[in-house]
Amino acid sequence: MSGSHADVSKHVRAYVAVFIALAIGTIVTVAAAQVHIPHPMNYVVAMLIALFKASLVAAIFMHLKWERAANIWILLALCAVFFAALMLLPSLTTFDLPKQAQRIGAWG
Amino acid sequence: MSTQTLPYTVHPHPVTGIYSGKFGTWLFLASEVMLFGALFSSYVLLRVGAPEAPSPLHWPSHEETHLSWRIGGFNTLVLIVSSVTMVMAWASLKMGDFSKGRRYLWLTFLLALTFIVVKLSLEYVPKLRGGYVPAKSTFFSLYYTLTGLHGLHVIGGMVVIGYFLGPGAALWKRDPEYYTNRIECTGLYWHFVDLVWIFLFPVLYLM
Repeated sequence: MSGSHADVSKHVRAYVAVFIALAIGTIVTVAAAQVHIPHPMNYVVAMLIALFKASLVAAIFMHLKWERAANIWILLALCAVFFAALMLLPSLTTFDLPKQAQRIGAWG
Repeated sequence: MSTQTLPYTVHPHPVTGIYSGKFGTWLFLASEVMLFGALFSSYVLLRVGAPEAPSPLHWPSHEETHLSWRIGGFNTLVLIVSSVTMVMAWASLKMGDFSKGRRYLWLTFLLALTFIVVKLSLEYVPKLRGGYVPAKSTFFSLYYTLTGLHGLHVIGGMVVIGYFLGPGAALWKRDPEYYTNRIECTGLYWHFVDLVWIFLFPVLYLM
């Protein structure tokens, strides 16, 4: 990233804006939990807000918005694929359901 | 004795296009995503597999876990502010102001300490005394594993920030740009720790 004074002071304004957005995001997360959205929609709402906050942190605080090095993006793309695979692992257990049912049946 | 220095601590490496410390930090963070990702995945599996309410093994609501969203929310704000002070430390150093950068680093360190003190004194100790031990339920074993690992990361961050406030600060006189880059890498790690908490807070305190 470029590092002249003018660039950095422009960054500082972005940092303050992100801080305000993150603080509001936290309040919204807490507020959303108080209105008792039925399960599992409450998870969806909470994760969407968290994703939004996390993207702000990654883009501005971690400087990804200004990152031009292709290698970091390749690394992050690989990381995203493996992360998605990790998150999909629990759903693979549904393939095991008939066996689980058999086992439960055998145990009475 | 010849002075040997690490290559590409300031200038971009011809292959990666960035200074090597930053590339190394991102590689490390990618492995951290896998570590926390595996635990989150376990959470999803155990949460989805938990039986419904009348069963004694049902997933506890936050009324039953007695985890206070006020304490969790307070700590969330502490970590967010610490992320701002961390990035401001880097920005100050980048603009050549060492004493300002140092003040922001101290603030970050103290905020991290606040997080740990609140976590231990208002949450862990009263919870453990009240019988909410990891063996109490699936929820609590996950709660202690996730927040414990995250807490260790916060302490690890404090060690690194403490190093750059103490003996590591001498580098500023020798090579300010190198020092600034090392603070940027510390910041990358620190923001990641904040990022993990952004997901942990709603999942553990509000659901």
